[in-house]
Amino acid sequence: MACIESRGLRKAFGTTIALDGIDLRVEEGHILGLIGPNGAGKTTALNAILGLTPYEGQLSVLGHDPWSERDQLMQDVCFIADITVLPRWARVSQLLEYVAGVHPRFDRAKAESFLAKTTIQRTSRVRELSKGMVTQLHLALIMAIDAKLLVLDEPTLGLDILYRKQFYDSLLNDYFDRKRTIVIATHQVEEIEHVLTDVIFVDRGRIIFNRSTEEVESRYLEVMVHPDKAAAANALKPMQERQVFGGSILLFEDVDRQQLATLGDVRTPSITDLFVAVIGKQPSRAQAVVQGVGR
Amino acid sequence: MSTQSNAMSESFQAQSVAPVAVPSSRAMYWSVRRELWENRSVYIAPLAVAGVALFAFSISAIAGIWERMLRIDPTQPRDVIAQPYDIAAGLMMLTGIVVSVFYCLDALHGERRDRSILFWKSLPVSDFTTVLAKLSIPFVFLPLLTFAITVAMQWIMLLLSSLILLVRGQSVVTLWMKLSFFRMSLLLLYHLLTAHALWPLPIYCWLLLVSGWARRATFLWAALPVVAIAGVEQIAFGTRHFAALVGSRLIGDAPSFVSTPAEVFPSGPMTHITPGSFLSSPGLWVGLVLAGVFLTAAVRLRRYQGPI
Repeated sequence: MACIESRGLRKAFGTTIALDGIDLRVEEGHILGLIGPNGAGKTTALNAILGLTPYEGQLSVLGHDPWSERDQLMQDVCFIADITVLPRWARVSQLLEYVAGVHPRFDRAKAESFLAKTTIQRTSRVRELSKGMVTQLHLALIMAIDAKLLVLDEPTLGLDILYRKQFYDSLLNDYFDRKRTIVIATHQVEEIEHVLTDVIFVDRGRIIFNRSTEEVESRYLEVMVHPDKAAAANALKPMQERQVFGGSILLFEDVDRQQLATLGDVRTPSITDLFVAVIGKQPSRAQAVVQGVGR
Repeated sequence: MSTQSNAMSESFQAQSVAPVAVPSSRAMYWSVRRELWENRSVYIAPLAVAGVALFAFSISAIAGIWERMLRIDPTQPRDVIAQPYDIAAGLMMLTGIVVSVFYCLDALHGERRDRSILFWKSLPVSDFTTVLAKLSIPFVFLPLLTFAITVAMQWIMLLLSSLILLVRGQSVVTLWMKLSFFRMSLLLLYHLLTAHALWPLPIYCWLLLVSGWARRATFLWAALPVVAIAGVEQIAFGTRHFAALVGSRLIGDAPSFVSTPAEVFPSGPMTHITPGSFLSSPGLWVGLVLAGVFLTAAVRLRRYQGPI
């Protein structure tokens, strides 16, 4: 059974179309990265999946309709919407008690052991904690819940690099067990790319790229081309070319590795570079870029 | 027993023990506790008022203001003797109303304002349970707390009065006989549950609805329609029925006692108590239906609401 399945998922706010027919299938045990520019519809899509907003089209999460069966769905789903959402008046001990009280799948001992690795005091109030500590606390609460689906929307926004790295390390090492499904929406692509099993690029309410990371590795290659081989390289129709110090890097889709090796150093592109290339190929997006340059 | 069967029975136990869903009563209990953690003023304010009132009474007791009447004429009617006790009860009821109004106006607004609503919504507690837990503060918790504090306060007052009477070599019999403390407490409980819980319920549900709807200035949005309707009524028809109606709901002027205007407070004799006529008054049921409509709307609204 797919964890998340949608067909023609649509959502409009007045005349603004946030989701324009999303067809999606996320299998159990996958870690999906939802990547897109600001206003691409990532948060709207996650809100629909979490039953926080009504939508048009078909959507099934763990076999439930998230909007009409939200109460049942929330037994098995957990999410962090934003780092600042923990109630500021609450004490750490109160939050532990509360979640243990209302959540059937919360393992308090596990949460306590996560917290033991931090400097967070049980008697502190959330408003007294630093931003990084609040995230650690939230993560400790969420990771102690045995949920089938975890949704993270910009979970590390506003955190420094150390906390961001720690966050994804503990997510992968302490939480992910290959049975759970995780969906992460973020801008900070480079930090999560080694974590993901699947990548989806979203732009203006549509999915424009949907691959597993294995596919990305096998189908996309980047070559640092020597200037004297530029013509030969261009004949292979690269997706994108970018200038770097001492030459140019060309990105290819479905071109034989051996063939590319004759042009220069071959490597797997980063998700970020792939994202820029794919987004840049969007017709109206490219036009916007040209207009921007012309101005 | 082999280790394998041990492991099997263990895993079987783990499976059978694994909880599937938290019963709604438990979610309700923790939701109410959350409200009390978040809104400590709900019990601190009544306790503070009681403390101040007791302080005032101890001054009057030492000065002998209320006891003087007993000294002058031991055949004083009950109303005169019970006056300070009624004032104390009235003060606590007033505090309860003020706390309830401000609590309700903030209840569904605060969690959106501080953006914690998404954290609450990430846990398996339904909107219905959450809103009901919030309503239970003015509907159940505050009337019972008001009752407990008032009785404790009146008990201290009675002991203090008795002590002063005894010190002055006077009899406490008149005071204790006429006051009939136990009956007074029962009447107080009845009054709180009828006139201060059931009767103003539509007001509290309305305030909850507004607090879940308004983006800011909840008090303004809650009061504005009332002022507008009352104003239109007075200009168009020259009457003040709507304002009187809302006022009677708010202050708990319910038909739960056969009361003459002088007897606003519930210390009158038992014969004045009329639960039958209260429960059969159409006003009560119209109010409860209205409360149900407001409450349903507040629950529905919370589904759509996120942080503001």
